[in-house]
Amino acid sequence: MTTTPMLQYSGVHAHYGAIHALRGVDLNVQKGEIVTLIGANGAGKSTLMMSLFGKPAASAGKIAFQGNDITRVPTHDISRQGIALVPEGRRIFPRMTVLENLQMGSTFADPAHFDADTRRVFDMFPILEQRQLQRAGTLSGGEQQMLAIGRALMGRPQLLLLDEPSLGLAPLYIKQVFRIIRELNERDGMTILLVEQNAHHALNVAHRGYVLQHGEIVLTGTGKELLASPEVRAAYLEGSAQAHG
Amino acid sequence: MTAFIPDHSGPGMTARLKDATGVAVVSLFLGIPMIALHTVDVGGVLAVATRWPWLIAFAVTMFTGRLVLQFALDHLKINKARRERARPAVRATRPWLKWTGYAVLGFSIVLPIMCSGNRYVVDTATTVMIYVMLGWGLNVVVGLAGLLDLGYVAFYAVGAYTYGLLSTHFGWGFWETLPVAGALAAGFGILLGWPTLRLRGDYLAIVTLGFGEIVRLILVNWTDFSGGPNGIGSIPRPTFFGLPFAPAGDGPTFASFFGIEYAPEHRVIFLYYVILVLALLTNLFIARLRKLPVGIAWEAVREDEVACKALGMNVTNIKLSAFAIGAMLGGFAGVFFAARQGFISPESFVFSESATILAIVVLGGMGSQLGVVVAAILLVLLPELGRDFSEYRMLMFGAAMILIMVWRPGGLIASRAPTVRLHKEAQP
Repeated sequence: MTTTPMLQYSGVHAHYGAIHALRGVDLNVQKGEIVTLIGANGAGKSTLMMSLFGKPAASAGKIAFQGNDITRVPTHDISRQGIALVPEGRRIFPRMTVLENLQMGSTFADPAHFDADTRRVFDMFPILEQRQLQRAGTLSGGEQQMLAIGRALMGRPQLLLLDEPSLGLAPLYIKQVFRIIRELNERDGMTILLVEQNAHHALNVAHRGYVLQHGEIVLTGTGKELLASPEVRAAYLEGSAQAHG
Repeated sequence: MTAFIPDHSGPGMTARLKDATGVAVVSLFLGIPMIALHTVDVGGVLAVATRWPWLIAFAVTMFTGRLVLQFALDHLKINKARRERARPAVRATRPWLKWTGYAVLGFSIVLPIMCSGNRYVVDTATTVMIYVMLGWGLNVVVGLAGLLDLGYVAFYAVGAYTYGLLSTHFGWGFWETLPVAGALAAGFGILLGWPTLRLRGDYLAIVTLGFGEIVRLILVNWTDFSGGPNGIGSIPRPTFFGLPFAPAGDGPTFASFFGIEYAPEHRVIFLYYVILVLALLTNLFIARLRKLPVGIAWEAVREDEVACKALGMNVTNIKLSAFAIGAMLGGFAGVFFAARQGFISPESFVFSESATILAIVVLGGMGSQLGVVVAAILLVLLPELGRDFSEYRMLMFGAAMILIMVWRPGGLIASRAPTVRLHKEAQP
């Protein structure tokens, strides 16, 4: 491709103390794509995503967003450039109301957009509108995940990062979360990088995927190719295939 | 649905009996030296006598006491769980809270008029107001931003000494000093916060505790600057727009200007209204801030720092702003304190003051403005009421704190009103 990728990792290394968590990762996300990153526990998936925010900072290599090197940009400046993260475990603000949570997501957006953006999130997740004045901590896990996604969207990001959005959710909510991911991409053209353990769902929804093992990309291809690949099937799908049909 | 609700009926009777038997056995053993054996005077010689029935009675008492206690505690727990489940899904603002607030405000305005003859009441009310103001200031740091500050009294001291020094050396007035002292205290807040706010929880608490002590020790030891342990005396009292509260003398005084008889109560009442106005301004200021992005960001940082960073917030700056504003409010209260006392010394800025202010915030319900008022009244009045049996004062104080924390672990007023609503939304 000749266009600049939305997000580009070139030979990124990262360390957690003495642990060499990323060993020269190359990865790119093009505009309008859903890219998924799958791998076992401890493969470095979350590290890869957090290294984008400098937590931990890449010890070698380069991370570029829309062609600009952001490897050394301070954490709080990165999301202001148009990258929104839905962190692992949702991390909503439990004692604040649903609406306040959404407002925090729009801290660096134009205040004039607030009402329209809130409307958009409420249309996407009607349950949040019903519960707008309720403390977020009283929502169910699935509703909290929707709130976390809604909060991330309030900043009008160009790139949406989702870290294990299906973790700990009931199967019904898992389906809904992946449906929303697809909708966001197809309707709004949102570029999405999805980190998942639920390889089956993730590869189904994604255009392309990467498989991470021990801090290295071992396999890459389209979602369909990876779903069909014997290695992926053996490592990530066999056990869970029956569970998800 | 029932399957998801944990069983709150508590342990069965067998478990309870076992537990109580255990307690009874322990008390039997402990009771042997303490109750069963005692000394008697037999013709001038000390002899050991036994009283086994007493011991048995003691063990039986412990057994039943333990049973009753366990039963009561379990009952409390069940009730609490039931209440929590029954809590309505949507937590609307509670109207009674608002009206209570207005009632307290109305009462605080008419109080000195009702009790104008009773100097003690107005004086105590002024002390309560100082603590209310300090509580509101610290509430920004602890209640909203969730930063445990054990050295808050340092900022109070900065404010008090700023007024003490500026007024005695340079003849500055109360109102001129107020903004300067606030800025200086905020500066100290930033000075302390800049290197330390990267620390979390316990570590931050220890550093702030140290800071409070450092400020106090400097005030004690730097005699040339602060007067050392002797403090600063004859600090000028605030005047009523330039009119001093004094018996008729050379210049016009408050009494002569208004053509009324001079009474020393005038100043006491005036001071009360000054702190009332300062506290009300503080309250409005905080209520306003809470609705601004920075105020909501404070609460967000308290809730989840990682999420805040992911949303692009500069967590350090947000914490610093909370620290600086809290410190500034403490500085204001300090200026007032110096002006009211007319004398300040490091004695007034010891750690127990910090602890009291923190207790007010925690007791009142973190982040609740009205809760701070209630807690301040309680914590100032309890020791006052306990004057007659002052030996037990601390005991009462401690017992009251423990009881309140058992009954209301979230503080006296734990609810918080939402800060944002949609414009279009019809108010229910």
